[in-house]
Amino acid sequence: MLEQLPVLSLLIWLPLLTGVLVLLGPGDKLLAWTQRVAVAISLVVLALSVWILIGFSTSTAEFQFIERGEWIPSLNIAYELGVDGIALPLIVLTCLINVLVLCGSTASIKFRKTQFVAATLLMTGCMNGVFLAQDSILFYVFWEAMLIPMFLMIGIWGGPNRIYATLKFFLYTFFGSIFMLVALIYMGREAGDFSIQALQQMPLSETEQKWIFWAFLIAFAVKIPMFPVHTWLPDAHVEAPTGGSVILAAIMLKMGGYGFLRFSLPVTPDASETYAMILIVLSLIAIVYIGFVAIAQKDMKKLIAYSSVAHMGFVTLGTFVIAQLASADAQSMALQGAMVQMISHGLVSGALFFSIGVLYDRLHTRQISDFGGVVNSMPVFATLLMLFIFANAGLPGTSGFVGEFFVIVSSFQADWRIALFAALTLILGAAYSLWFYKRVIFGKAANEKIERLEDVNTREKSVLIVLAVLIIALGVYPQFLIDIMQPSIEQLLELSSVSKLGG
Amino acid sequence: MPYNLMHLLPEIFLLTAGCVILLVDVFSKDLDRNLTYRLTQLALLATAIICMVQFPSVQYHLYERHFILDPMAGIIKISVIFLAMLALLFARPYILPRRILRGEYYLLHLFAVLGMMVLVSGGSLLTLYLGLELLSLSLYALVAMQRHSYRAAEAAVKYFVMGAIASGFLLYGMSLVYGVTQHIHLTDIANYIATNDASLTLRFGLVFIVVAIGFKFGAVPFQMWVPDVYDGAPTSTTAFLSSAPKVAAFGFMVRIFAYGFIGALVDWQGLLIILACLSMLIGNIVALVQNNLKRLLAYSAIAHMGYFLLGALTGTSEGFAASFFYILAYSIMSLGGFGCLIYLGKGVEDVKNLDQLKGLGRSNPWGGLLISVLFLSMAGLPPFIGFWAKLEVFLAVLNAGFVWLAVFAAVMSIIGLFYYLKVVKVIFFDESEKEEKIVAVRGLRLGLGITSLSVVALGLFPGKLMQLCAQAFEYL
Repeated sequence: MLEQLPVLSLLIWLPLLTGVLVLLGPGDKLLAWTQRVAVAISLVVLALSVWILIGFSTSTAEFQFIERGEWIPSLNIAYELGVDGIALPLIVLTCLINVLVLCGSTASIKFRKTQFVAATLLMTGCMNGVFLAQDSILFYVFWEAMLIPMFLMIGIWGGPNRIYATLKFFLYTFFGSIFMLVALIYMGREAGDFSIQALQQMPLSETEQKWIFWAFLIAFAVKIPMFPVHTWLPDAHVEAPTGGSVILAAIMLKMGGYGFLRFSLPVTPDASETYAMILIVLSLIAIVYIGFVAIAQKDMKKLIAYSSVAHMGFVTLGTFVIAQLASADAQSMALQGAMVQMISHGLVSGALFFSIGVLYDRLHTRQISDFGGVVNSMPVFATLLMLFIFANAGLPGTSGFVGEFFVIVSSFQADWRIALFAALTLILGAAYSLWFYKRVIFGKAANEKIERLEDVNTREKSVLIVLAVLIIALGVYPQFLIDIMQPSIEQLLELSSVSKLGG
Repeated sequence: MPYNLMHLLPEIFLLTAGCVILLVDVFSKDLDRNLTYRLTQLALLATAIICMVQFPSVQYHLYERHFILDPMAGIIKISVIFLAMLALLFARPYILPRRILRGEYYLLHLFAVLGMMVLVSGGSLLTLYLGLELLSLSLYALVAMQRHSYRAAEAAVKYFVMGAIASGFLLYGMSLVYGVTQHIHLTDIANYIATNDASLTLRFGLVFIVVAIGFKFGAVPFQMWVPDVYDGAPTSTTAFLSSAPKVAAFGFMVRIFAYGFIGALVDWQGLLIILACLSMLIGNIVALVQNNLKRLLAYSAIAHMGYFLLGALTGTSEGFAASFFYILAYSIMSLGGFGCLIYLGKGVEDVKNLDQLKGLGRSNPWGGLLISVLFLSMAGLPPFIGFWAKLEVFLAVLNAGFVWLAVFAAVMSIIGLFYYLKVVKVIFFDESEKEEKIVAVRGLRLGLGITSLSVVALGLFPGKLMQLCAQAFEYL
């Protein structure tokens, strides 16, 4: 009976419906119960995603757990869901982050708590939908719908400059995705079918591919975000409440990377190859230049936000360096690196934003200069944060190392200069991460308030420990993750290496 | 020759009902006009039922081909009636405390609906003109209902003068067409164009007709009346004005372009492209700086007319279906939007400026949510109906090969998003100075519930409505 359960639909609709019910429910009057129900449902959703992980066959690149239903037959738009090795890790990550946010960061929300819970759940449902959709229009619907709860989350619970930040966030992302919509409609019309698989297989002329590639690029580059369209991210991160920052950094940015892998490479292979060099250069700028920018930051959240942009540079580098690579092994290594980097960054940046949230809840400031000597009063917190900082700097043994290492090694085979610039991150990453840690944690207590700080409570500790365990696990044994995605990556490489031009 | 009048039953019934209600209203002593209101709603409902029972599955050309009965006419009639009923639901609580309360208000609605029904069934230039004038005259009177308000009077005069000019243009264009083709039936005109080359005079006539249509839709550069009339008219009238008549005017446009002038596609297509682009551009950009809610909605209406024209300008049945879907979606959203303004008003005080919505999400979570849903839907965000409307017209223009037009429309919708978001921002993010609960009467709540529910439900399951829209244009 369990086999007949539409698990993928449940992953989407369980959080969505719970979110709607919470929104329409009794409100803050029954807050405790609402929160309990929300956490319980989220745990069920997480369990379902783990169950998919267990039942997932790693020997095939085919989509699994496929569900298909009619939606808009007149336009050939179907309700089609499926999961493969690229989507699966991201889904588990989404479900996990959802639970952690609901457990860990609702406490720091001071008003309209149930609405915050609802927004989190709605977002989780939509994000799962993005990763699961096998129909491009369905994909787009979730992609856009997700913006609404995030818009409200930053706007309602955000910092002083929240309205500017949230409008900028919404307009930037909408600006990107509307062109993607036009491209999707154009292709769906030509192919007569809006399913992603059909788009991947349809032939496209060179000019068509170029236009479509740029349309996709705007959408995904804004989302991931790439230099030079990254400027919304620091604003959004700084102003968002902790939970919003975590979701934004851990999952929403990954959608850009997912989009590159799901659309850009297989749908427009020739254009991807033509423009690969531009994207490689932009990625390197993100890694090096934004790395320097991160060093100069005075605001903790901004620093982590810029470091996110630099880290996502590795994802785009790994994705597009394959055009310059000759051997299939090196190509698949580059994509593995990009994927591992996405998951790792999801965990690490999530953990860092949680940590900053812990500090912010206590002192209500994010300025690095307001801190110092935190280790004296918060030893447990300082230890955990050290691990996250090391992971952010890409220290071996943490998950942050694996992805960067894979990408650097494979880009070495393309051109040593690319690898050289990419490897600069080892210095820059260490610089901004460790210097940040030094200024905040070590030294003499900056003021009396810091001396009186209380260490992390059980709730905060458990959230951070879960993330810490996963970061180390992924750093020590990344093979588990690689096994899951290997068949899908190979298939993706096959699709992206075959030219769509001519016959 | 004996005629079978059964095909005209809905129109005849509505006319009779209108006359009877007029008499009842004269002799009714009820100051609240409850009876008139109920009878009006009942008459509309009955007409809708008759339309449904008589729903034509094929196309009939009746009464010397002056009258066309086909699925398109059927669907438009039914939707127009339902939109009018919803508009009355909103109008009732609005006109009760104000001094617009007269039986005529309801009756004018009835006659406007009758005009629309004749209009969409017009098979010749004569019937079309007749229907359009009946509709327009009722609307002029509805706008002028608030006699004591000088803004409403100004709006009415503007609307009347502009409308009269548009009618003049239309009549002149029709006379030119008649002069060239010697026909007033749309099918004969189509045959004439198919066999003869469209002469300069004919094209000249066509341009005048396009101008008139531009006036009726409020497309740029014929949009001047829209903001003033929307703003000056009683809100309940604006709600009606911006919904049902637009759907009917769409039917008029299809009759003219698709039935009469399909052979001259190249001639009117270029004109419509200009109208559409200008409307999207001017409407969206001017709306950015509006602080008055009714004017904001008016400029947004202008922009929406631009998107709507995208489908129709392709001249294919698929394109008309897309436009039909768009105009239906827009009518529901616009009706809901003005309904919300009525809902937000206090006593006889109208809500005017954006600032008055501050903190609404906090003091009235439900009201705030409803308005936000409507505005986000207008911005074309999924999962609301506005998204599918945009998708359909994009698909239609791409099918016709106008990729640049789709990209232009996409860019314009980014601009549009900004002012819709601004409204949501004011509702949810700004703090209000005072908190007060809004109490709305049951009819208003029902109406708002229906509109926003259909915006969400049709956003999740748009398939059926799309199919229906496609069905309407099988006989092109």
